[in-house]
Amino acid sequence: MANTAPAHTAHADGADGETRRDFLLNTTVAAGAVGGALMVWPLIHSMNPAADTLSMSTTEVNTSGIAEGMGITFLWRGKPVFARHRTKAEIEEARKVPMGELKDPQKDEARVQKGHEELLVLVGVCTHLGCVPLGQKVTEPRGEFGGYFCPCHGSMYDTSGRIRKGPAPTNLEVPPYTFLSDTTVRVG
Amino acid sequence: MSTEKSTARKIFEWHEQRLPIVSFIDHAVGSQYPAPRNLNYFWNFGSLAGFMLVTMILTGVFLAMNYTPHESMAFDSVERIMRDVNYGWLIRYMHFNGASFFFIAVYIHIFRGLYYGSYKAPREVLWWIGILILLAMMATAFLGYVLPWGQMSFSGATVITNLFSAIPVVGNTIVTLLWGGFAVANPTLNRFFSLHYLLPFVIVGLVFLHIWALHIPGSNNPLGIELTAKDKIPFHPYYTVKDAFGVGVFLLFYFGIVFYAPNLLGDVTNYMKANPLTTPPNVVPEWYFLPYYAILRSIPNKLLGVIAMFGSLLILFVVPWLDTSRIRSAVFRPVYKAFFWVFVVDCLVLGYCGSQHPEGLPLILSRVGTAWYFLHFLILMPVIGWLETPKPLPASISEPVLNPAE
Repeated sequence: MANTAPAHTAHADGADGETRRDFLLNTTVAAGAVGGALMVWPLIHSMNPAADTLSMSTTEVNTSGIAEGMGITFLWRGKPVFARHRTKAEIEEARKVPMGELKDPQKDEARVQKGHEELLVLVGVCTHLGCVPLGQKVTEPRGEFGGYFCPCHGSMYDTSGRIRKGPAPTNLEVPPYTFLSDTTVRVG
Repeated sequence: MSTEKSTARKIFEWHEQRLPIVSFIDHAVGSQYPAPRNLNYFWNFGSLAGFMLVTMILTGVFLAMNYTPHESMAFDSVERIMRDVNYGWLIRYMHFNGASFFFIAVYIHIFRGLYYGSYKAPREVLWWIGILILLAMMATAFLGYVLPWGQMSFSGATVITNLFSAIPVVGNTIVTLLWGGFAVANPTLNRFFSLHYLLPFVIVGLVFLHIWALHIPGSNNPLGIELTAKDKIPFHPYYTVKDAFGVGVFLLFYFGIVFYAPNLLGDVTNYMKANPLTTPPNVVPEWYFLPYYAILRSIPNKLLGVIAMFGSLLILFVVPWLDTSRIRSAVFRPVYKAFFWVFVVDCLVLGYCGSQHPEGLPLILSRVGTAWYFLHFLILMPVIGWLETPKPLPASISEPVLNPAE
């Protein structure tokens, strides 16, 4: 406060050329600018997901029909989700990979739920540029690591959905999901 | 000679005093705009681009009257335009192929500028606005390609919007904002239609600025020299006629494609309705984006790939300063001329690579091509400007003709 007191005196004197009128002009322009800028937010936010889009945020699926080695694909929030019933060999392969070899190190145990290690649930969207990787069907190419192969730019994922080769920066995302019963999974 | 003015003349002058619109046009592209007398046919492509812009807006407005921007109806509404709407097939094929021909005209226009040094002082701002037009065109073309909601539309929208996810920290938030959801879906289609309708009018505004900026220094010319009044002729009728002739020739090619090979430049995959559960085996953009796509895919790191792709366009903004030569036209720059053509071939090679799977030879070629692309601008342009000995410039366009002995 001690510093502002001389400034006030200066204003009153008009010694630095500032007047009451300048002050009013600057504050008016500033208030107008801030008000205008605030109005931009409703416009931008209107482009974000609307309430009805957000409300479609869970999907339930029955996993009892997935035979070992097979997978099903379903939509959750407009994105494909892979649920794959992994074979013993695939699980073993995913677990014996040394962490040092992984681009985005994560243990297989952290990507599946305890007691349901055979069921791998992934968002089926390549983390590079969003293509849907191949590999859900046994007839599709699965890349060098037996998991998924993205045909767009050649990213390869292993049997835990972790990125192993290619331009994708991170592992395939594991969506939040819970087991409602032994055979029903709710994603979201 | 009668001094009495006709009634029509009086009405015209009354109006011109209040809104001098005819004089304005006459100064912009008429008899009051002195243009260099030696412009060659490469100077036709500016007006051809303008012609295509008008064609695209006109056909687009009529397409919009029958198009439905909804994820479950868009594809069928486009098929209805093709089958049921009177002349719908013609309007859509003109619009669809018009995008390609617009890009052909603009790319030749840009390469002409690079060859004849049209970006150099005092035309830097003119060049910048041209780049802004190119960027707006690319955005418009991308948004429009999504509207038919075919398989390639959907994949293209997914891949391109995902480019923004490469931005650290806020990337995914931005992508969700662009989508209006958690994937490319109906909200995305709606906003793309809105913006696809808006951007062409932004381009019209930019074209006005482009022509304005052109008229401050006047047109460049194949010799790249400053001109005297003697070296200029009125734009109208000389270049209006020449441009009209160019339009005629251009239309032969344009409608040759529209009538005889309307799907030659498109991807058949886009005649399958969008399905979010599968991605087509080879996701490729339209031909006019292929070189940038090759640059994107040549770099095995997501963020760096995206930076290189946008960088390949943004680098054009600083070309006026990267080129250190004071000589504008490549006609007098033997070394630059040779490397200009190498650069053209490089862009074509990148275009080829962009259409191929990124593995084996195309991947190697696209890496070499990308490296050369940036090498051309960042190293060759300044170095050639310093080291090259240009050929002597003529004093004027007419001098070698009128005074050959000197």
